[in-house]
This record gives sequence, structure tokens and C-alpha cells, in this order.
Amino acid sequence: MNWLTNYVRPKLQALVRPKEVPENLWRKCPACGHMIFHRDLEKALNVCQHCGHHLRLSVGKRLEMLFDDGKFQRIELPKTADDPLKFKDQKRYTDRLKEARAKTGEQDAVVVAHGKMGGIGIVVAAFNFDFQGGSMGVAVGEGIVTAAELAVLQDAPLIVIPASGGARMQEGILSLMQMARTTVAVERVKEKGLPYIVLLTDPTTGGVSASFAMLGDIAIAEPAAVIGFAGARVIETTIREKLPEGFQRAEYLLDKGMVDMVVPRAELRATLVRLLSLLRNRGPAGDLLTLPLDTPDAFPEDSARL
Amino acid sequence: MHVLDFEKPIAELEGKIEELRHLAGGDVNIADEVGRLQAKVDKLLRSTYAKLTPWQKTQVARHPERPHALDYIRALIEDFTPLAGDRCFGEDRAIVGGLGRFRGSTVMVIGNEKGSDTESRLKHNFGMAKPEGYRKARRLMEMAGRFGVPVLTLVDTAGAYPGVDAEARGQAEAIARSIEACLDIRVPLISVVIGEGGSGGAIALAAGNAVLMLEHAIYSVISPEGCASILWRSGEAAKDAAEALRLTAQDLHKLGVIDQVVPEPLGGAHRNPDLTFKTLSLAIDSALRDLAGVEGGVLRARRREKFLQMGRTGPV
Repeated sequence: MNWLTNYVRPKLQALVRPKEVPENLWRKCPACGHMIFHRDLEKALNVCQHCGHHLRLSVGKRLEMLFDDGKFQRIELPKTADDPLKFKDQKRYTDRLKEARAKTGEQDAVVVAHGKMGGIGIVVAAFNFDFQGGSMGVAVGEGIVTAAELAVLQDAPLIVIPASGGARMQEGILSLMQMARTTVAVERVKEKGLPYIVLLTDPTTGGVSASFAMLGDIAIAEPAAVIGFAGARVIETTIREKLPEGFQRAEYLLDKGMVDMVVPRAELRATLVRLLSLLRNRGPAGDLLTLPLDTPDAFPEDSARL
Repeated sequence: MHVLDFEKPIAELEGKIEELRHLAGGDVNIADEVGRLQAKVDKLLRSTYAKLTPWQKTQVARHPERPHALDYIRALIEDFTPLAGDRCFGEDRAIVGGLGRFRGSTVMVIGNEKGSDTESRLKHNFGMAKPEGYRKARRLMEMAGRFGVPVLTLVDTAGAYPGVDAEARGQAEAIARSIEACLDIRVPLISVVIGEGGSGGAIALAAGNAVLMLEHAIYSVISPEGCASILWRSGEAAKDAAEALRLTAQDLHKLGVIDQVVPEPLGGAHRNPDLTFKTLSLAIDSALRDLAGVEGGVLRARRREKFLQMGRTGPV
């Protein structure tokens, strides 16, 4: 063309148009390397349209995606002691907390909400991986306990969505104790006959995987999510060999019998709605089935033996 | 005896005593000298062990000659009858368990066993259990529950085994179910941290009605070395990490995480195992007496309530 279109027009446009920051508009898929337009990524619930890789999803988006019409109510969690051990490594734990709070706008790594899913009232506790790697300290324990208590109170199923590296080291032994604490909490839900469903997202490891996260009535995992107890690096240095392909991924766990299903994000809501309906709206058969106790003819051979 | 680096001055004096005894015949003057040196050793031991740092405690807790689970079982349990296997995959010797009699009454004993020489350490996988170990523990706890037999757990592990096979068979799930079993049984559950209480592998056996801890044992969410390499990015900082983690029995008692600190003989359990066994026997006996006659459902409810409150009431 000529210098008018090639040179002058872009210059003029640059003056008129608001400045755009291209890095925010495109994201590179960490799995296949393709660039994805942010609107496409958002529409696909942070799943890469090229390779199907599931990128992490923010807690807010996660809850919107799961509840009916994206509507839910957040529960305020009871306050807990911020730094019970007065822990300091190269940084003060209180400073790390401040940073995480500023970064996420959240008090700690778990969000509890209630609302409807497929018309059924449910309680959800979802981890925020952006807050200190979703690590479990006393506040997270409090979140799980609160969610479980609310589920019992509302006679509602409980869905927990971990995304956590494990225990929060800076809370030392008290974070370890949350393993026992959260176990009691979810057991109470189960004992009430309420469904306890765990949706394992990337990553679910350490003390979180070795407590409430592995105790679900039903365990659903997102594709390729890392789920396991020991960290891959720790295992590699212990056994000094390469880990098998796909080790500790959701599909590996499915293969080993540790989860019920691996469900792509796009089908998660429908799957959960179906499961909740199957468990909560059981139909007449569940109530009416009785054993023919007063008809001895029902088992003639048995009565003959008696 | 294996000498820890901070015990060197003590070991030197003890070496001198040995030397003197060797040289002596029946010389009376030497007995005086030996007595004087022995008093010095005791004084040094007392002052050293009275103010062990968390890192030094970590070393004592891992001392290779420290009594391990099977030593306690041999000393405290009569008619011990080991029970093996998870009825699912295999027998994990990192966790020993079985029925026996403690002071005349039947108990179910379950413990992490580290082993005491190369051969037994390999046999017991250095006390690092795999899923089958935790599933066996769960099976034994449930059995104890059915027979109304109290459970005694002896915790001493660096942690659950980090390996491909352990992960493949569901290490996380096995630990979770073992914790669940601890919190579910309707019989007294007494847990004693006898050496190293390492993370998830320890709490899997330690959610007890009463949690006792030997004076120089440690109990932590992560090893000081592991914590140092993550937060300080250097294994060298293990001392600092041990300090920060508050992993000593004394700290944990203050935090309300354990119920009782059981004193050890001067210079640690390994210097006088028999005295350690006696002290611990008394402590276990009194913990069991406290729970005797309490109805199973109440025992279970109290245990659950106790762990449900962990961290909630705000520690000291």
C-alpha cells in the first residue's frame, strides 16, 4: 500500500484508541503452548480450546459455574488466631498472610457458600489456591467445620472442592491437627445420611488429600489434576528414578481405583446435579422396599431347613 | 553408644572413666576418682538435657539406640500376639500390631517400628509405612472396638513412605481412613509419641483420647529438614525450622495438642531404657484408669469433640 495506510493511520489510531495491554488479552496454555483469547478462555471455563487442558479456575468463577443461575450466598467464617506459633522463617508469617490477603481479597484459603444446585439446597466449601497455595491451617479447618455444621443444620449435601498443596507449615502442629478435625466434621455429615461429595481439583496433595478430601462418598476429579500424598519431587529424590508417565494425575487415580470418575469441567455441573438428584430424590422405591418378613413361603427352602 | 555432637564433652568424660576402670585393678584411689568423674558426668548431663534446643531434641528423638515400639512392647506387654496383614494387599512391617496384656488386661497395641540395626531397619522399612500398614492399623482398631479392648498406639516415624507403589495403592486414602478409625472406635485410645511423630504418618495413629509424649520426643507437621528446604530454601536451616515449628513435647503441651509429657531418665530414654519403660507403664496405666468404665459412645464423643476444638479455642 502507501505510506498513508502503513504509517500515518496506525499512528493516528494509536493516539485515539485507549491503550490496551496485550498480555492480559491472551494467555498461553501451559500444556500445548497455544495462545488463547481471554474471552474464549472464560467462555470455556478456563479450559484450553486447543488441547482440553484444564487451567486453574478462580473460586468465584468455580462457584458461579456450579450453583443454579450462578447464584449463591457466602458464609462468613468465625475468626481464628492469625499466627498461633509466632512463626518466622525468612519472612514473618503475619507478613505472608497480609500479602495473601491483599492479593486475593480473602481472609484465608477457603470459601464457604450455600445455594441451590439443580434445585437442591447444598453447602460448598471451595479452596482458593491463590491464597498460600490453598494450604490448610486453623482457618481452613474452621471453614470445613463450619461448612459441615451448616450442611447438618440445613439437612443439605456437602460438596468440598480442594485445591491445596497440603498443610500450612507456618501453623506447625496445629495445621496437622486440622486433619483430624476436618475428618470429624465430614464424618458428622455422613452420619446424618447426607451426601458428602468431593471434587478434587489441581492440586490436592499432602495433609488435605490424607484427610477429608479422600473420605467423600463420591470422589470426582478434574482431568489431569495432580492428586496424591507425597510430592513428586520428594518421591523422586527418595527412590532416585523417573516417575511413571501421568503419575498422580486424575486419570492415574481413576485407573488405581481411588476416584469414582474424571469429569471435564464443562460436564461437572450436570454430573453433580444428576448425582444429587439420584441421592436426594430417590423416588418411592427407597422408602417402600421392605422384606417379606411375615410370609414364611417367601423362602420355602429356608423354612424347611428350620 | 552412638554419641550426638552436643554430647561430646559428656562422652569424653565417660571415656576417661572407662579408661580408668580398665587400668585399675582393685585400687581404691581410682574408685574415688571414678566417683568424682561420674558426678561430673551426671552434672553435665543434667545441665545439657535440661535445656536441649528443639534441634537437639530432634536428634535425641531419632537416636539410633533409643527404644523403639517393639522394645516397649517386649517390656510392657505380656502374651503379645502379633497380627499381620491388611486383608487386601499385604503385610507392612513398618507398623507392628497385635493383642497382648498390659498389667493383666487385654489391649490392642499398634506401633511404628523403625528397627534397630541394618537388617531390622530394612525389614521395617525404617518405620515408614505404606497404605497396607495404615489399613492394617485400621483393621486392628476396628477389631479392638468390636471386642471392647482398649487401643494403645506407639508413634515413632519420620513419616509415611513417599514412593510410587505407596501412591499407587492410595497412601492418602489409607491415612485418612486410619485417622477416621481413630476417631470412630468406641474403646479407649491412648497414643504415645515415643520418638519421632512425623506428619500425616503419625496423626494416622495418634488421634487418641489421651495423647502422651516422652520428654524428648518430637511431633511435627513436617520434618525440620523438609521445612527448611521449602521455607528457607536450604537444608542447613533445619535448626531454625526446628525452633519455629514448636515441635517439642513441652511446646505441644502448652499448645494443648498433647495431654501429658512423660519424663525420661537423665540423658534420654536410650541411657536407661528400663527406667523409661517403668515410667511410661505408670503413665499409660493412669491414662487407662481415667477412661475405665466410661461408656464407649461417650469415649468416642469426647475424642471427637477434643479434635474438633483443635485450634478453635485459641492456643496460649
